[in-house]
Amino acid sequence: MALALSVKNLKKRYKGGVEALKGITFEVEQGDFFALLGPNGAGKSTAIGIISSLMNKSEGSVEIFGHDIDVSLSKAKKEIGLVPQEFNFNQFETVYSILITQAGYYGIPASRAKVNTEKYLRALGLWEKRDSPSRMLSGGMKRRLMIVRALIHEPKLLILDEPTAGVDIELRRTMWTFLEDLNKKGTTIILTTHYLEEAESLCRTIAIIDEGKIIRNGSMSSLLKQLNVETLVLDLKEPLSEAPKLDGYVCSRVNDYTLNVEVDIEEGVNKLFALLTERGIKVTSLRNKANRLEELFIRLVNKQDTFSP
Amino acid sequence: MNRTEIAIALFTLVHKEIRRFMRIWVQTLVPPAITMTLYFVIFGNLIGSRIGEMGGFDYMQYVVPGLIMMSVITNSYANVASSFYSHKFQHCVEEILVSPMPNWVILFGFVIGGAVRGILVGILVSLLSLFFTKLQVDNLFVTILVIILTALLFALAGFINGIFANKFDDIAIIPTFILTPLTYLGGVFYSLDLLPDFWRAVSMVNPIVYMVNAFRYGILGVSDVDVYFSIGMIGFFVVIFTVFSLWLLNRGVGIRQ
Ligand SMILES: Nc1ncnc2c1ncn2[C@@H]1O[C@H](COP(=O)(O)OP(=O)(O)OP(=O)(O)O)[C@@H](O)[C@H]1O
Ligand SMILES: [Mg+2]
Repeated sequence: MALALSVKNLKKRYKGGVEALKGITFEVEQGDFFALLGPNGAGKSTAIGIISSLMNKSEGSVEIFGHDIDVSLSKAKKEIGLVPQEFNFNQFETVYSILITQAGYYGIPASRAKVNTEKYLRALGLWEKRDSPSRMLSGGMKRRLMIVRALIHEPKLLILDEPTAGVDIELRRTMWTFLEDLNKKGTTIILTTHYLEEAESLCRTIAIIDEGKIIRNGSMSSLLKQLNVETLVLDLKEPLSEAPKLDGYVCSRVNDYTLNVEVDIEEGVNKLFALLTERGIKVTSLRNKANRLEELFIRLVNKQDTFSP
Repeated sequence: MNRTEIAIALFTLVHKEIRRFMRIWVQTLVPPAITMTLYFVIFGNLIGSRIGEMGGFDYMQYVVPGLIMMSVITNSYANVASSFYSHKFQHCVEEILVSPMPNWVILFGFVIGGAVRGILVGILVSLLSLFFTKLQVDNLFVTILVIILTALLFALAGFINGIFANKFDDIAIIPTFILTPLTYLGGVFYSLDLLPDFWRAVSMVNPIVYMVNAFRYGILGVSDVDVYFSIGMIGFFVVIFTVFSLWLLNRGVGIRQ
């Protein structure tokens, strides 16, 4: 399978001395739906900035569909569409003229620019807003405008840096459907997000980056298989003053009526319920503390300095 | 990008630059028209009539080419400096940086846009001057060549200023502390013959002297310096500034961390 993106030993040191990337290496196959995950400040946006040549790298190499950005930058740029994390369009221009102008920058003739603009504005529900100055759009509309802008030259690789931040649930779902569709039609997609449930349902491959290093990289299913412990939350019928000691399970009391239990996947839950019944502990309901990717993520990126009490 | 694509990209950028200053014409076209009309009234009519002849022409006729040149210089410069800086400030320079446009297209797009504003204001001021004096053109070729080269040169200078600027103040400092003094001392208002030898020699290192005089030569047929040497100098600086701007763009100075 051809590679859409190949990043080798990429390093970035900012002027102030911050070492944002400490040599990351990963590949994205053509047609993949790829999640780049990591906590705040991990280096995701820095990596994306370098890949889309908004930033200079300190070391390493980047190839986009075989075009090295140091050798054939212009060819590499043509294949990428970027939805950045921060809004970056002219506040005074209208939606329509922002898009036509962007198409022009790619050398797309006006006739085709108009067709693409209408097509993608309609697809993302912004056609009615085409004559509004961009500053008058809501936050969610601005995000969608950036998606339309990134697609205006119909790139083979779409990179989205937190496209669903600040977007309501309903809209997020339509965005997902839209992106899945686009991916099915052949566009390779790289996405960063802090909604891990979103990554789990959309993406087939992930890389987790922390403090400028890649700590996990592989297919979603293989990574989730590594997760051998899940945390269950039990709601209790009667108050409990102390966490019970159950053989084979680690229990912790959250409050009088709530208990967290870490369950080894091999062990299963049958024995847990037998033990609970034996102790006379009545459980009214049960759920997973986090979805599986979240659980994995939290275990990998477990920092001492988080603000949990 | 192939040639057609490059042409489209360049056209897009120039078109956008022109649309920008046209949209805010009250800030971009009206002020120079008003300022220059005031200059015409005060220096040309009120004071000028007492000054008598300068370089063999009455003062109004003598000062008009200088004032036209001054408006070309300040407007080409200001347009690119503020447009490019506000692209950085609003981050929409990223729209340009992610695109496959070569750096020279980016540079030419901004510079041509700025030069168009400079020339447009120059034409506007020339038309206004007709209310005060007659304006015949002695050498059309020199007039047009000088105005275009000067507009390009100061558009380039404005671009370099925009690249280095980190805050809005930075695009006001150079015009205030360098451009305005050089223009006022660049022979806009007087003939260098009036200066003592020492100050005349000092004036010769001021590039604006050459532009003002070459342009005055185009209109009136008189100049304090050799015209073709002047045009050569302006052309030389255009090349130097172009090369320097491209070098800055290639390195990503001021736009890419
Ligand atoms: N312009 C800059 N100058 C100096 N340091 C920077 C700059 N931009 C980012 N950094 C630093 O680089 C590191 C990585 O930042 P980056 O924006 O890549 O993180 P991120 O993974 O995108 O985080 P988030 O999820 O919050 O968007 C951080 O320590 C950040 O403070
Ligand atoms: Mg980020």
